[in-house]
Amino acid sequence: MGADRKDIARYAISLGDDSLILGQRLGEWCGHAPTLEIDLFLANIALDLIGQATLLLDYAGTLEGEGRDGDKLAFHRDVLDFTNCLLVEQPNGDFGRTIARQFLFSNFQLLLFQALSNSTDATIAGIARKAAKEVAYHARVASEWMVRLGDGTEESAQRVAEGLDWSWRFVDELFEAPDAKLIEAGVAVDPASFRPAFDAAIDAVLRDACLARPADRRATVGGRRGHHSEHLGHLLSQMQFLQRTYPDARW
Amino acid sequence: MHAGSIWTLLDHVPDPEIPVISIVELGIVRDVTEGAVVLTPTYTGCPATFAIESAVRTALDKAGFNDIAITRQIDPPWTTDWISETGREKLRAYGIAPPPHSNNLRGTTTPACPQCGSSHTEELSRFGSTPCKALWRCLDCAEPFDHFKCH
Repeated sequence: MGADRKDIARYAISLGDDSLILGQRLGEWCGHAPTLEIDLFLANIALDLIGQATLLLDYAGTLEGEGRDGDKLAFHRDVLDFTNCLLVEQPNGDFGRTIARQFLFSNFQLLLFQALSNSTDATIAGIARKAAKEVAYHARVASEWMVRLGDGTEESAQRVAEGLDWSWRFVDELFEAPDAKLIEAGVAVDPASFRPAFDAAIDAVLRDACLARPADRRATVGGRRGHHSEHLGHLLSQMQFLQRTYPDARW
Repeated sequence: MHAGSIWTLLDHVPDPEIPVISIVELGIVRDVTEGAVVLTPTYTGCPATFAIESAVRTALDKAGFNDIAITRQIDPPWTTDWISETGREKLRAYGIAPPPHSNNLRGTTTPACPQCGSSHTEELSRFGSTPCKALWRCLDCAEPFDHFKCH
């Protein structure tokens, strides 16, 4: 009730921005990861995320009806117009921090897409059903790495614990409720509904990984309203370099 | 309406990443309708999607089906269960262990080596040369091989 195309477009953009920005971040590892296996899995996850972003942003562009497609939305917006969560824009840090970020985000995104598989918006539901299959894989691999690092050497355990601690302040933002109109209309889901499932999944892996759950602290929020850390601007300057230099480039 | 001949045509369009099987055998041709060929991507970020669409366009145009459109459908999502039996056999002969059927996952997560048939194999990397494959190794004949992941 009361949710119009523009509202749905905004929601699709925030979902798409999460995937796009994390996909871009993971792409930074390409060719730099310590082993071939890690290089491949980070690049493959990045590819899935950019695929999701393409579907979601293309759809948002269609709903807007202003002639913007996924590429236009990805490459011709500046920092304040992005509504991704803050977690995904955080720098990669070391491998421990990258894995901790992936572990938290993929577990969240899996539950989100599973819930959105029943969205009353048929396109969002279809994208969510498709993406959930891929994200289940991301969550599994990231969880396995949490255990390998946490239950590994003294150094790997310390580094992944630091990565987890760094990322933890951004978790609460993932569970901010989107536009109430959209939840009421069944287009969006209130992530609070699956917070207990998220906590249970995280705690189970942390136990296996011999890692302590970080203490809760004041959440850092604002990404959904366009208030980003300084890191996003730097990321965009690289991602959008070509379109900024040659605004009407075609190939 | 030439659905039959269009299906035959499409069965000769190879998958760009694994040219030994056709896009029909891969199970990504969802439908051939009155005016359109309906394709479904394997993975959302699969870079081959564009190459496949352009190969289909070329094949259709060459056969005079210029007015047949190509549309994309992502739901219900593609599953490896849609790879045909012929397709699976071709994958194996090509050196790629085919995916297990999703209803038969328990007990069969270890693929047999496509070279020597041994089931004494181990995973080297969960992600392989394309999003749909993992890298495995045979512990008997020592050959590495790709395994098409169940999806």
